[in-house]
Amino acid sequence: MPKDGGIGASNKRREDVRFLTGKGRYTDDINIHGQAYAYFLRSDVAHGTINSVDTSAASAMDGVVGILTGADFEGVGSIPCGWQVTDRFGEVMQEPAHPVLAQGKVRHVGDPIAMVIAESLEQARTAAEAIEVDISELPAVVDMKEALKDGATKVHDDLTSNLCYDWGFVEENRDAVDEAIKGADHVTTLELVNQRLVANPMEPRVAVGDYNAGTDDSTLYTTSQNPHVIRLLMGAFVLGIPEHKLRVVAPDVGGGFGTKIFHYAEEAACTFAAKRVGRPVKWTASRSEAFMSDAHGRDHVTKIELAMDKDGNFLALRTDTHANMGAYLSTFAPSVPTWLHGTLMAGNYKTPLIYVNVKAVFTNTVPVDAYRGAGRPEATFQLERVIDKAAREMGMDPIKLRRKNFVTEFPYATPVAVEYDTGDYHATMDKLEEIIDRKGFAARRAESEKNGKLRGLGINCYIEACGIAPSNLVGQLGARAGLYESATVRVNATGGVVVMTGSHSHGQGHETSFPQVIAEMIGIDPSMVEIVHGDTANTPMGMGTYGSRSLAVGGSAMVKAAEKVINKAKKIAAHLMEASEGDIELKDGAFTVAGTDKSVAWGDVTLAAYVPHNYPLEEIEPGLEETAFYDPANFTYPAGAYSCEVEVDPETGKVTIERFAAADDFGNIVNPMIVDGQVHGGLAQGIGQALLENCAYDDDGQLLSGSYMDYAMPRADDVPFYDVDHSCQTPCTHNPLGVKGCGEAGAIGSPPSVVNAVVDALQSAGHKDVYHIDMPLTPSRVWSAMNGG
Amino acid sequence: MTKVSMTVNGKSVSGNVEGRTLLSAFLREDLKLTGTHVGCDTSQCGACVVHVNGEAVKACTMLAGEADGADVTTIEGMANDDGSLNAIQQAFQDHHGLQCGFCTPGMVMSAASLLKDNPKPSEGEIREYLEGNICRCTGYHNIVKAIMAASGQDVSAIAAE
Repeated sequence: MPKDGGIGASNKRREDVRFLTGKGRYTDDINIHGQAYAYFLRSDVAHGTINSVDTSAASAMDGVVGILTGADFEGVGSIPCGWQVTDRFGEVMQEPAHPVLAQGKVRHVGDPIAMVIAESLEQARTAAEAIEVDISELPAVVDMKEALKDGATKVHDDLTSNLCYDWGFVEENRDAVDEAIKGADHVTTLELVNQRLVANPMEPRVAVGDYNAGTDDSTLYTTSQNPHVIRLLMGAFVLGIPEHKLRVVAPDVGGGFGTKIFHYAEEAACTFAAKRVGRPVKWTASRSEAFMSDAHGRDHVTKIELAMDKDGNFLALRTDTHANMGAYLSTFAPSVPTWLHGTLMAGNYKTPLIYVNVKAVFTNTVPVDAYRGAGRPEATFQLERVIDKAAREMGMDPIKLRRKNFVTEFPYATPVAVEYDTGDYHATMDKLEEIIDRKGFAARRAESEKNGKLRGLGINCYIEACGIAPSNLVGQLGARAGLYESATVRVNATGGVVVMTGSHSHGQGHETSFPQVIAEMIGIDPSMVEIVHGDTANTPMGMGTYGSRSLAVGGSAMVKAAEKVINKAKKIAAHLMEASEGDIELKDGAFTVAGTDKSVAWGDVTLAAYVPHNYPLEEIEPGLEETAFYDPANFTYPAGAYSCEVEVDPETGKVTIERFAAADDFGNIVNPMIVDGQVHGGLAQGIGQALLENCAYDDDGQLLSGSYMDYAMPRADDVPFYDVDHSCQTPCTHNPLGVKGCGEAGAIGSPPSVVNAVVDALQSAGHKDVYHIDMPLTPSRVWSAMNGG
Repeated sequence: MTKVSMTVNGKSVSGNVEGRTLLSAFLREDLKLTGTHVGCDTSQCGACVVHVNGEAVKACTMLAGEADGADVTTIEGMANDDGSLNAIQQAFQDHHGLQCGFCTPGMVMSAASLLKDNPKPSEGEIREYLEGNICRCTGYHNIVKAIMAASGQDVSAIAAE
C-alpha cells in the first residue's frame, strides 16, 4: 500500500487523530460566552387546532430568558421548499406554508409549538411543562391512500386536497406503455412497500444562534451537510438576512445521510431568538426529538409491472407509486420520488418503454425527504424485485435474465430522460460471480439444511445517478437552486496549499482524499495540502455534500481551480527560467523546460509569486490563488452487482446474513480504503432496512418508533464481514477525474439482495407461493410468510 | 447543589452539581471534556462510554454524584503518555474504523474494556460485545477488524482495506 500517495493510494485519514483522542469539535461542543439554552415544546398529537398557548406562568419561572410561540414568527417567512414539481397535467404542485413554530394548527407529533429559552436546559425544560396549550384534536391522516379519498381530513385547510402532485413520466409514453403491456407474452406484477426509515446519524442535530448587535451580524453554528444552502434558505426566505450579514458554520458533523441537508425550523428559531433575547441561543436535540423532527426517508407504496416477450426480453415497465411527503414539504422532498426515482427506472436494462406515475401525499407525519440514496433505492428495490419474480415465473436463471437485458452500448439514452455515459454491467456481474463462488452455493445450502436451516442466494444489480447535478437541467425540472460546486485553491509563499471547498465532510474523509488529488497534480506530499470546509465565512459559495457529489462535482471544481493555479505558476516559471511558457512542464514538484536540464522548484515559483522581485509584473498579478466553479455536464452513473446469502431458521423465521458481496464500478478511485468504508456503511444501512428498521405510526398518527428502544438500528452482530470489490472501473467521461461517486451505492443495492435471498430460501423449502415479503423481514413476517400469513 | 470530587484521566477534579446531573453532562459541561458524546436518551447508543474504576460504563446512565470518589477515564485519557495514539486508537486509524467520529470515543472505550477482559476475542465475541455501541457509518466491518488487529490477531485475510 503506498504511503501518503496521490490518486489511488489508501492514505490513512488525517482527521482520525482528532476524533480518536476526543478532540473533534462538533456543534454541541461549541459554547459561546453568555449563551442561553433552548427547549422546544412539541405537539403530542398528530393533528389539531391550537386554541391558545398560555406562557404567562412559564415566563415567570426561574431562569427563563424568553418564550417564543408561533405568533412571534408571523413576520418571518415560511420554511422554504427547494424544488417545485410540475404534475402530469402541467400544474405546479400544491405547496403549503411551513411556519417556524406552529401557527393555528399542529400537523404532526413533534411539530414545535413554543420555544423556551433559559439559563440552563433543565430550567427551559421545566418551564416548558408550565406552558398551557389548548388544542382541539382533529382526526389524523396517516395512510396515504386514505388521505386521497374524497372527504378525507385535510392536513392543510387551504389546499384543495392532500395530493401534493400527480406526476407522470414520461407522460407521452403512457399510452404506448399501456399497449405494450396489454400485448406482451408475459407480465410480472408486484406490489410492495418501501417502508419509512429514519436516517439516524449518531450525532443529533444542534443549532447555536449568535447575534452581534455591534455589527448587526448573525452567526449560526449547525449540524449541516451544506452550510451555504442553509445560509441561502434561512437568510433569503425565512429571516430576511442578506448573505453578507449571516455566517453559517457546520464544524465537525457526526454523520448526515441526507437528513442534515435540509433547512430546519430550529435553525431559524435559534438565529432569530439570539437577536430577540440578546443572547447566544443553543439547542441540542435529544434522540427522541430527532425521531420526531429530523426528516424521515423512503415511505413509498408501489405497484410495478414488467412486460416481457416469451424469451424474457423486457418490453415495457409501468409503475404506480404513492409517496409520503409528511405534513410539510421538506427542502428537497418533491424531487425524491420524481426526478431522483423515475429517471432511474430503466436500471441497468434496455427496456424501451417506461411509464412512472407518482402521487405525492400530505399526511400528519414527520416530513419525508432524502435519505441515503433518495429515490434511487426505491427505484432499484422495485425493479430488482420484479425482475427476480419474473425470473421465477419464466423459469429463467435470475442472472441470465438480467444479462439478456443489460445495456451494453454507451452512451445510452434511456426512455426516462437520462443518458448513461459509460458502464460495463457484464463486467461487474462477472466479478460478482467470481467473488461469491456461485457454483459452491449448492454445497453451502446442503450444509445449512443439514443444520436445519434454509439457505437462499439473492443477486441483483443497481445503477444510480450521482454527481448532482447539471444546473440548467435541474432548473428545467423544478430545482430552485443551481447544483454546481466551488473551490478556491490558495498557494502560500512557501508552497503549501489551502483548498477552500463548498463540499462538506461529515465522515467521508475529504480532509484526506482531496489533498491526494492536489498532491498528484503538483507532485508534492499530501501533507502540504490543507482542506478548509464548513464555514461560509471562509469558503466560496457551494452547494454542499449529498448525492455522492463531493468528488465528482466538488473535486472537479478543485481540479479546475488547481489547473488555473498551475497555469499561472507556469508563467512565473517561464519568466524565472527565461523560457517559453509553452515549454514548461510540472512534474514531481518542479518546473522544467522541455528538452533542457533547466528546473525550478515549486517552492521557488510560489515564493516568487509573493515576493515578486524578479517577476513579470506587466503581464500577471502577484499572488497565487484561484477560484473555480464547476457545473457538471451530466450525472455520473455508478453501477454494480450485489449478492446476499442468508440462512433462515424455519422454526422462528429469523434471518441471518451469512455472506454479502458487492462488485461496484465507481470509475476512477482516489482513496480505495475510504471507498471501501463508504460501501460498508451503505451496506449496513441497506441491510438494516431489509431486516430491522421501520418507522411506524399508529392510526392516530402517534410515532411508535420514537427511540432506539423501538427503532431497530443495525448492531455489530446483525451484519457480517462484507466482500467488496471496485476493480471494474469505467471512468466517467465528463468530469476531469473520471470519478462517479460511491456514497450511496451500498444502501441502494443491498435491500433487494437480502429480500431476493430470503425469498429464494423460502422457495427452496417449497413455499412456492412466497414471491415477496415486505421489509423489514422480521422473524414474525418471515414466519408468517412460511405459514400462510 | 452537591459537591462531587473524582479523578478524571489522572487529575483530581471537583464541581458542584444538581442531584439529577448525569456523569456525561458533568464531563462535557463542567469539565469541558467534550470527547464523551451523547447520541441518545435511552442508553442504547454507547457514544458516551467511559471507564469508571476500570469498568466500561455508559456515562448517561450514571449520576455525577454516583461517581463521587471514582477513578474515571475518558477518551481524552486514552492516548500514550507521549501523546501518540494507543494500540486500539492506532488500529482504528490503520483499518479505517471510523468515519464521522461521533460514535468513536465510545467504541474505543468499549474495545479497551473488552480487550482487558478478553485479550484475543473472536469476531463473534467482538460483535456480541459491541451490542451496546451503535455506529451508523462504518457498517462495523472495519471496527471489528480494528479491534482484532489491536489484539494482535492477523486480519490480512479479512476482505478489503
